[in-house]
Amino acid sequence: MSLAGTGTLTRLALRRDRLMIPVWALVVGGMVASGAGSLEGLYGTAAERAELAASMTANSSMRALYGPVFGDSLGGLVAWRFGTFGAVLAAVASLIVVVRHTREEEETGRQEMLSAGAVGRRAPLTAALLAALGLNAAVALIVTAGLAGQGAAGALALGLAIGGTGMVFATAAALAAQFTESARLAKGLTAAALGLAFVLRAAGDAGTSDGSSVLTWLSPVGWAEHVRAFAGERWWVPALIVAAVLLQASAAYALAARRDVGAGFLATRPGPAEGRLATAGALAWRLQRGTLLGWSLGFLIGGLVFGGMVEGAADIVGNNERAREIFERMGGQSALTDAFLATMVSLFGMIAALYAVGSVLRPHGEETSGRAEPLLAGALGRLRWAAGHLVIAFGGSALILALAGLGLALSYGHDLGPVLGAALVQLPAVWALAGLAVLLWGALPRAAAAAWGAAGLCLALGWVGPALGLPQAVLDLSPFGHLPKLPGPAVDWPPVLVLTALAAALTAAGLAGLRRRDVTG
Amino acid sequence: MTKAISVAGLHKSFGRTHALDGLDLAVETGEVHGFLGPNGAGKSTTIRVLLGLLRPDSGGARVLGRDPWQDAVALHRRIAYVPGDVTLWRNLSGGEVIDLYGRLRGAGGLDRARRAELIERFELDPTKKGRTYSKGNRQKVALVAAFAADVDLLVLDEPTSGLDPLMEEVFRSCVEEARDRGRTVLLSSHILSEVEALCDRVSIVRKGRTVESGSLTELRHLTRTSVTAELAGPPNGLARLPGVHGFALQEAEGGPGGRVTFQVDTDKLDAVLRSLTESGVRSLTSTPPTLEELFLRHYTDEVAS
Repeated sequence: MSLAGTGTLTRLALRRDRLMIPVWALVVGGMVASGAGSLEGLYGTAAERAELAASMTANSSMRALYGPVFGDSLGGLVAWRFGTFGAVLAAVASLIVVVRHTREEEETGRQEMLSAGAVGRRAPLTAALLAALGLNAAVALIVTAGLAGQGAAGALALGLAIGGTGMVFATAAALAAQFTESARLAKGLTAAALGLAFVLRAAGDAGTSDGSSVLTWLSPVGWAEHVRAFAGERWWVPALIVAAVLLQASAAYALAARRDVGAGFLATRPGPAEGRLATAGALAWRLQRGTLLGWSLGFLIGGLVFGGMVEGAADIVGNNERAREIFERMGGQSALTDAFLATMVSLFGMIAALYAVGSVLRPHGEETSGRAEPLLAGALGRLRWAAGHLVIAFGGSALILALAGLGLALSYGHDLGPVLGAALVQLPAVWALAGLAVLLWGALPRAAAAAWGAAGLCLALGWVGPALGLPQAVLDLSPFGHLPKLPGPAVDWPPVLVLTALAAALTAAGLAGLRRRDVTG
Repeated sequence: MTKAISVAGLHKSFGRTHALDGLDLAVETGEVHGFLGPNGAGKSTTIRVLLGLLRPDSGGARVLGRDPWQDAVALHRRIAYVPGDVTLWRNLSGGEVIDLYGRLRGAGGLDRARRAELIERFELDPTKKGRTYSKGNRQKVALVAAFAADVDLLVLDEPTSGLDPLMEEVFRSCVEEARDRGRTVLLSSHILSEVEALCDRVSIVRKGRTVESGSLTELRHLTRTSVTAELAGPPNGLARLPGVHGFALQEAEGGPGGRVTFQVDTDKLDAVLRSLTESGVRSLTSTPPTLEELFLRHYTDEVAS
């Protein structure tokens, strides 16, 4: 009876996520499904689509972001432009759902009471995976139904690819949740695996134009493109995805059966009997240093990998006459490498905004968990307490972007200055989003999580916004769109300065709100 | 004596919930003051206002002569606080947390000897990490940090929840030592024996208002004594005397007397006893109100006015 209670626990999970799961499914599925309409508006004729396909496949930075174009039908272009994006989003949603109903329940102690009921050993994990399965099935269904007009087989293949990638990371999260005692670390590990998978796919696709690279085959995110939806579907790739899901799930079950409720496999070591922590800043550093170290490594490695692709980026055009022609029109070698670097640093910038928001919201978590209360009941002012965390959030974003720039420059063999400058010019936009998070936390703590939405929206606008045919006014909402494209001939200073001032103003307003409001908890 | 805490007409709402509805509280310097009331009465909300964590909608609060919202940081150097549910950082050891709380108060942190003595008395292992402590041990971390601090006011919000009876004893002696050193203690508690043993005065709150305040002796006067008596003659008009409640008579077989049971308001006891002796008392037992009865009366709806 190791599954006893699964039904009840699944209902509990769906009840708790009654808003989160439908919203994620609608946003992810809806964006992909609506891609056909918007791309049709932008590229109405077959000739225009063939032109787009050729130029995009010739452009290595575009391949790194979206993968090669396998089919120039409308459906094929949707699969190209939105496939990776949808797969990554489904993976993020899945890992959040699974960790939330497994390790987070154990960490908070809620699982103990549930497991004291008639609940089998495998039931909590099964309920979490079923909730994730529901989410991914809904995404797959929306994608399939929304794109069925472009060809039922292709629509189904794309739906399976996106939902399947979601389940790969759902089961990866289930595995991570067995190893560590901390929900934050379980999410971090899975997100790191997702980041690595994305980088592998991007590196593979930047290096080859036909998806043949071994790197993309190593990446579950690459599998989504290997399904070749709307371009001669390969039905054995979804089978590969299912096999990976089953393999990871059985490993997670095997581990879950061998451990205690609440425990991980990494034992907790005793700590010092006497502490050195003396200031709020030192405590903030202690709490955040692990996360910052992880992001630093990730950005440095990401920079090194992408930097290594820069040279190849301009060589790959090869013998294709048409591609060579487009390549010349795009400005040739140096313009293309600059464009590649600019695309990469912009991607790093948008991802760094996620770090910044998470770091800014760390004291919000301290507040809601009740850990801030005894601190603030001590001789610690709210501003000094907040400052300890905010210095890390703002300084940490600068550090990780600098490391990404350093990685790019080192492995590309380019002068450090321009590449580092290109990476750091993203900072005002990152800080503006961090400032928004400070404002929400300080003034509207209950809406603080909306800062994640804002950072996610900017990422979506930068990644697939133009292809959605959104009006410029909407695209302009993202601060990243206003930044100068570097490396390039000249720096356009006004937007940089305006965004920096905006970030400062938002932060100041948030801190003013924090001083005036009640401590929540 | 000056007031360590004085609160008048405090109001605080969360949305449509009125957590505090004109609460008053006066705590003299150097006393141990019990802060009692049913769950949800507004005790913790009051304490969080006193710590400057919440800003009251209206009403005034002074702590150690200062405004808890405006002068929060300066005040907190002189205050130690123990919440009822201590949450710790999972990757910090208990010892680190104790020292962190101490150092954040400034003035070079905690007295090392006192810290070591308290850790010993509370039998706390300071090397364990936050997640691995049991509920009672998490409480001990906060208690050691509070009692080791050199402060004027201790604010304890159900501090002994989860402690075993031995540790409860240690806690009591720590509170008594604090009082002997002239410190003021505000103790919110549901453990009546603890309140009886430690508190000089108590305030009882209900639905966001103070319903009673005073020493335990004073409060006892406000409640009833249970009396059982066997009488030689008929209980002439006893049932109609003011202050007599729940009168019941069990008549003796073939005689004029019988056995009476009733409760009497303690301040009317004298008149009632005179009436009893007129009927000829053969035996008498009287039970003073227990603390439980005292509090139950204030916690339930029949509020003494």
